[in-house]
Amino acid sequence: MKHIIRKAFFDFEKEEKFLNEMSANGFALTDYSWCKYIFEDAPKDEYIYRIELLGHPMDHQESRDYLQFMEETGAELVTSYNKRWIYFRRKAADGEFAIYSDIDSKLNHYNRILILFWAAAGLNLFVGLINLLLGAFTASISRPPINSYVSLISFSIFILILLFLIIPLNKKIKGLKTEKEIHE
Amino acid sequence: MKDTTEHAALTEAVYYILLSLHEPMHGYGIMQNIKELSGGRVVLGAGTLYGAINTLLDKGWIEPVPGEENSRKKEYVITDLGKSIVKWELQRLNELIKNGIEIAGG
Repeated sequence: MKHIIRKAFFDFEKEEKFLNEMSANGFALTDYSWCKYIFEDAPKDEYIYRIELLGHPMDHQESRDYLQFMEETGAELVTSYNKRWIYFRRKAADGEFAIYSDIDSKLNHYNRILILFWAAAGLNLFVGLINLLLGAFTASISRPPINSYVSLISFSIFILILLFLIIPLNKKIKGLKTEKEIHE
Repeated sequence: MKDTTEHAALTEAVYYILLSLHEPMHGYGIMQNIKELSGGRVVLGAGTLYGAINTLLDKGWIEPVPGEENSRKKEYVITDLGKSIVKWELQRLNELIKNGIEIAGG
């Protein structure tokens, strides 16, 4: 039986935790699209799920090599989002499943995500500023400055990305860097 | 070639990958081998392993096994340079152990 759950996560590790809790309860993720998770019935604890942001789109040669490598290690590509976010799973019977097992590679992954967040934030800031300029221009010729209102949306999104995505991720990165001073 | 970073401490992952590749092995084989060697203590993430393999290939410490074109799974083996790196690391580890036992007691 299919189960659909609509949910939004700002933190991919919390999302992983949710997927693994669902798996522990006998619901295995089979598909994901924007905030929509589709589960199928499965034996309890059959799979461990992991989420990863690729450095290149899925169909890029480097990503294809990597995905094939993952497959060789027993990881199954369940679904993907925007060709970049990959949802992997592996049978729990095969043992602990982690994609990154040391601080350096975890930091690399976090930094990849941080760049994506900053790109999204930067784009919104840029669009906001352009609309602000256009708004100022339309106001100067005595038309209603609709663009100014639109720019407020972009600026709000920029601030939300900063507050809910970038700042929490920065905290994680800082924590790992401190850890790295004494551990590998 | 002999800059200081060349003889800096290896990560546990790199050290065990280099040890494993004294025999030709593919990715999954390396993971299994390391798990076995370390008695289950070191479980390498596939992403971590993949990144390390690429770095080691770039450095010339390991190389792909030739003649495996039609095989789907790529195999790798350690190079002479890689072997000398492991020897250096062994010396370093021996020093750590010797000093550790002397001062903190075995």
